[in-house]
Amino acid sequence: MTTLYEQLGGEPAVNAAVDIFYRKVLGDVRIARFFDAVDMHAQAAKQKAFLTMVFGGPNRYTGVDMRRAHARLVIDGLNDGHFDAVVENLAATLRELGVDDAKIGQVAAIAESVRGEVLGR
Amino acid sequence: MVTLSWRGRAIPYEAGETVLDALGRAGVAVASSCRVGACQSCLVRATLGAPAPAAQKGLRATLVEQGYFLACQARLDADLDVAPADDLPLVRATVARIERPAHDVARIFLAPDAPFAYRAGQFVHVVRADGLTRPYSLASTPDDALLELHVKRLRGGAMSGHLCDEVSPGDALALRGPAGACCYDEGRPAQPLLLAGTGTGLAPLLGVVRDALARGHTGPIALHHGALSPPGLYAHEALTALAAAHANVTYAPCVLEGEAGDARVGDLRERFAHALRALPGARVFLCGPPETLKPLQRDAFLGGTRLADLLVDAFVTAAPSR
Repeated sequence: MTTLYEQLGGEPAVNAAVDIFYRKVLGDVRIARFFDAVDMHAQAAKQKAFLTMVFGGPNRYTGVDMRRAHARLVIDGLNDGHFDAVVENLAATLRELGVDDAKIGQVAAIAESVRGEVLGR
Repeated sequence: MVTLSWRGRAIPYEAGETVLDALGRAGVAVASSCRVGACQSCLVRATLGAPAPAAQKGLRATLVEQGYFLACQARLDADLDVAPADDLPLVRATVARIERPAHDVARIFLAPDAPFAYRAGQFVHVVRADGLTRPYSLASTPDDALLELHVKRLRGGAMSGHLCDEVSPGDALALRGPAGACCYDEGRPAQPLLLAGTGTGLAPLLGVVRDALARGHTGPIALHHGALSPPGLYAHEALTALAAAHANVTYAPCVLEGEAGDARVGDLRERFAHALRALPGARVFLCGPPETLKPLQRDAFLGGTRLADLLVDAFVTAAPSR
């Protein structure tokens, strides 16, 4: 029995997904402003951590971490619509990498599980 | 038995645990987030001893060489002293020579009092006697005898005014550093290099170009320098000569306004977009103030430049003091 993370291809798959995902969110007018950092490498590292988590990979994030990391963005107006847009871009990234719909559903479900914490609820 | 220390202070270490956990238990606050080696929040630096390669995975070559590592991924197999990532060594230096290639730009050449290891394209924090500290990029390469900084005099700039108008040869300054990873890494000598900078953002790019040439880069190297008006193209002659001496180097000056001679008049962003299309797959180096740099960086990335091929050094200006 392999884990979702292994089925998706592990760390190499995350590395491949970061560039694609980042390009998508920066090109998405609904959410680009949340990702528009001067230091793109620091921003990409955060996305890599996020992708590792939603791919079912190793992570030690706690709910408190999630809230703290996004508190500033919530003040700036981060809401459900933005969260939906991120999940949409995530699914499109996985489709581009040839991942099947069942696995995309599993990844989306992991992302959904942190929605409340990301949005500070 | 291996020993762990934090800036020289001994930290109790239990076999198998991570440096992050040991530091946390000892009450040393190191920022962390994902704790699986992805987010790089817990970046620290080894000042003595070598961190395990597993703790340096995903870091740029320049950072690896200088002992940076991720505390959450580091387990000790040998003694290690650790310092915060921004706690850099201090070296004293003497002003050797000053040139003034434009009315508001000074090239300052410094002789460090002790050997100073750095990579072309990195920056240092200049520390004045009263403690005022500001970052400046190095325009020199380690093969040069002196360190070279390019300083643009800013309106109300405390350090830039000091460096442009007050220091003279023989004066002492302190430098903290080096820092930054906007550097040329060997391995793909035929890949095109596209470099763009405005104002004294030229300084690190100059170091990178000379470093790439010294390391045998064979691919095309296109250097774009943008300025408001022609006097701002303060290295025009030297860069024209550099391009003439190397068949693979082109120098593209660009000004927003004024009688330009052989420089283009127009928007650097437009010129840069054109250059990106002309050099597909290029490694891109960008230096200058964030407001000019961000659109270029975005254009490059959305235009297909791999993130790993995007090397950026943003010159953030300090808020004016009152």
